[in-house]
Amino acid sequence: MLLEVKDLRAVVRPEEDEGEAKEIIKGLSLSLDRGEVHAIMGPNGSGKSTLSHVLAGKPGYEVTDGEVLFDGENLLELEPEERAAKGLFLAMQYPVEIPGVPYMQFLKVALNSQRKLRGEDELSTPDFMRLVREKAQALGISMDMLKRPVNVGFSGGEKKRMEVLQMAVLEPKLCVLDEIDSGLDIDALKVVAEGVNALRGPRRGFLVITHYQRLLDYIEPDHVHIMANGRIIRSGGPELAHELEREGYAAFVEDAA
Amino acid sequence: MADQDTIRQVEELKKYKYGFETEIETEKAPKGLNEDIIRFISAKKGEPEWMLEWRLEAYRQWLKMEEPRWAKVRYEPIDYQDLYYYAAPKQQKKPKSLDEVDPRLLETYEKLGIPLKEQMVLAGVEGAPKVAVDAVFDSVSVATTFREELEKAGVIFCPISEAIQKYPDLVRKYLGSVVPPGDNFFAALNSAVFTDGSFVYVPKGVRCPMELSTYFRINEKKTGQFERTLIIVDEGGYVSYLEGCTAPARSEHQLHAAVVELIAEKDAEIKYSTVQNWYPGDEEGRGGVYNFVTKRADCRGDNSKVSWTQVETGSAITWKYPSCLLRGDNSVGEFYSIAISNNAQQVDSGTKMVHLGKNTKSRIISKGISAGKSQNTYRGLVSIHRKAHGARNFTQCDSLLIGGECGAHTVPYIQAKTPHAKVEHEATTSKIAEDQLFYLRARGIPEEEAVALIVNGFVREVIQKLPMEFMAETQRLIGISLEGSVG
Repeated sequence: MLLEVKDLRAVVRPEEDEGEAKEIIKGLSLSLDRGEVHAIMGPNGSGKSTLSHVLAGKPGYEVTDGEVLFDGENLLELEPEERAAKGLFLAMQYPVEIPGVPYMQFLKVALNSQRKLRGEDELSTPDFMRLVREKAQALGISMDMLKRPVNVGFSGGEKKRMEVLQMAVLEPKLCVLDEIDSGLDIDALKVVAEGVNALRGPRRGFLVITHYQRLLDYIEPDHVHIMANGRIIRSGGPELAHELEREGYAAFVEDAA
Repeated sequence: MADQDTIRQVEELKKYKYGFETEIETEKAPKGLNEDIIRFISAKKGEPEWMLEWRLEAYRQWLKMEEPRWAKVRYEPIDYQDLYYYAAPKQQKKPKSLDEVDPRLLETYEKLGIPLKEQMVLAGVEGAPKVAVDAVFDSVSVATTFREELEKAGVIFCPISEAIQKYPDLVRKYLGSVVPPGDNFFAALNSAVFTDGSFVYVPKGVRCPMELSTYFRINEKKTGQFERTLIIVDEGGYVSYLEGCTAPARSEHQLHAAVVELIAEKDAEIKYSTVQNWYPGDEEGRGGVYNFVTKRADCRGDNSKVSWTQVETGSAITWKYPSCLLRGDNSVGEFYSIAISNNAQQVDSGTKMVHLGKNTKSRIISKGISAGKSQNTYRGLVSIHRKAHGARNFTQCDSLLIGGECGAHTVPYIQAKTPHAKVEHEATTSKIAEDQLFYLRARGIPEEEAVALIVNGFVREVIQKLPMEFMAETQRLIGISLEGSVG
């Protein structure tokens, strides 16, 4: 199993010891294997994004119970960079701007840091350039774009397309896509989905988090989970997403309650 | 065969060098400062009478001056009678190989990406030449080639003490013409007791055939306590000069008070870059260097241009304002600065742009990064005089804070005495966002490297102004300077 989440509970740590920790994930279990695409759908506030942050190790969250195994290894005791080096990739809902750092440099530092953490040799500059050029071309990304500072002045679609480029270059085992469709028009959505589909394969798993069924028309999942109030309330095949689209979240949430 | 020759040459050099040092060793001035000490220094240097008089006059002015207290730096009072003003370079026991060198120093060289052979030279390994004959062969021959090339172009580049002997007319004409001996407390002190420094003269219409930084890269020279640098570029000439080194510099002296004077005649251009990495002291700042420097350029001729670029990462205290007097019409002054402070370091640095001529332009880009418990102040003056019609200035001061215990301060002074001028000032203060750090870490970049990457992005505009061969090293230096600032 590539990813096993067992009875996970997590809280958001309040800032500066103000107020009480709020539990967001309330006993969530999930198994995902290589080659599979799972979708997690849920209303706002259901804890979908928190799940992705907890998996990636974002500071500010605390796991209070349960465990997460990644390739059989305890994921929760690893630093975010170690998780990345082991092959976990979180495509973010809001990719962050890093002024003054050219995208190319960022990609190279990221790839070589991961290789270093895995005990592999760093990639030489010519080899790296060849790799990036090939991957960028496939996604219709110009080399000029890669000279610009990371995400500064990029449109929503450009940011997301660059997240896909990162996946193509870093070749993770598991891609967690956190609302990759948010802020995209239909054309941009198609481009991003095509990029993701090109990365699908028997050795890689995907966890696609989304609010809308629309994305799943383009990235077709093998399994669909509906999440509400911090846990998965129902799982099924692709047809579940359509059912949800027809009946709305309310019906499911009421059933579960 | 060639190697045999080199070894012999090197042996000769060593004999000369050691003989020279032994001779100096027997004579050393006692602690304290008075007219006799200054006479002693001047005599040791075999200086002409006028130079001695100049020094004594500076000393007399210094006696009447008070140490400036307006900078935002705090330190224990300095007892000027408890310092040595003339001491032969200490006969240090040299390490016999890199094995005997402080491993932490080597680690830093490693991180900076300095080649092994250069590491030996920098660490002062005894007989480094012998161990690496080809390295020395390279550096001796390269240095000689450089020297020949400079001579052919008519460029004078030598120690200032040599220039006083060989080119007294040039020195008398220009020394103190930009920073007069009585300019300020530290400049007066320097004028009285300076013992070393560089002299550069670029004649009319000559473009110095190499970056003088390249020269230093090979001939790493020891910087003294009271350095005096004088650079003159005559009409239509050009020079690029780099002072300092990214490698950490230890100093036996706590107080450093240098003076740098630049003179750009008509149509001349000077690019002066500094990488300052003096010992900053321990985490509390104990034992660190006090760096009180006066640097000023005189854009004397029309259409002249001076660019100051500085990367300040070291010293416990930095007090430094490289400035430009824009006297010639259409003259241009630039100041690009990166000042990094960590732990208990205190930086008070900036520039003065004094617009006197018509259509003069100045540009100030200052990037301050504070971490630890440090205090980092930008202090700058833009002064537009009555006749400076059409003068323009653009100033941008950006501060980046790492952690919650440090301070960043921006103190701009603007004086405009003509309505026919344009002055712009922009300032920002930001913190490294948690989101930025997490984004980079989620891509596999460890926290300290992530900070270094963000900071390098922040200072990119200034890094690009540095001579090419120092850009990569400086980027690494920035990472090293901020080690331990997160987590």
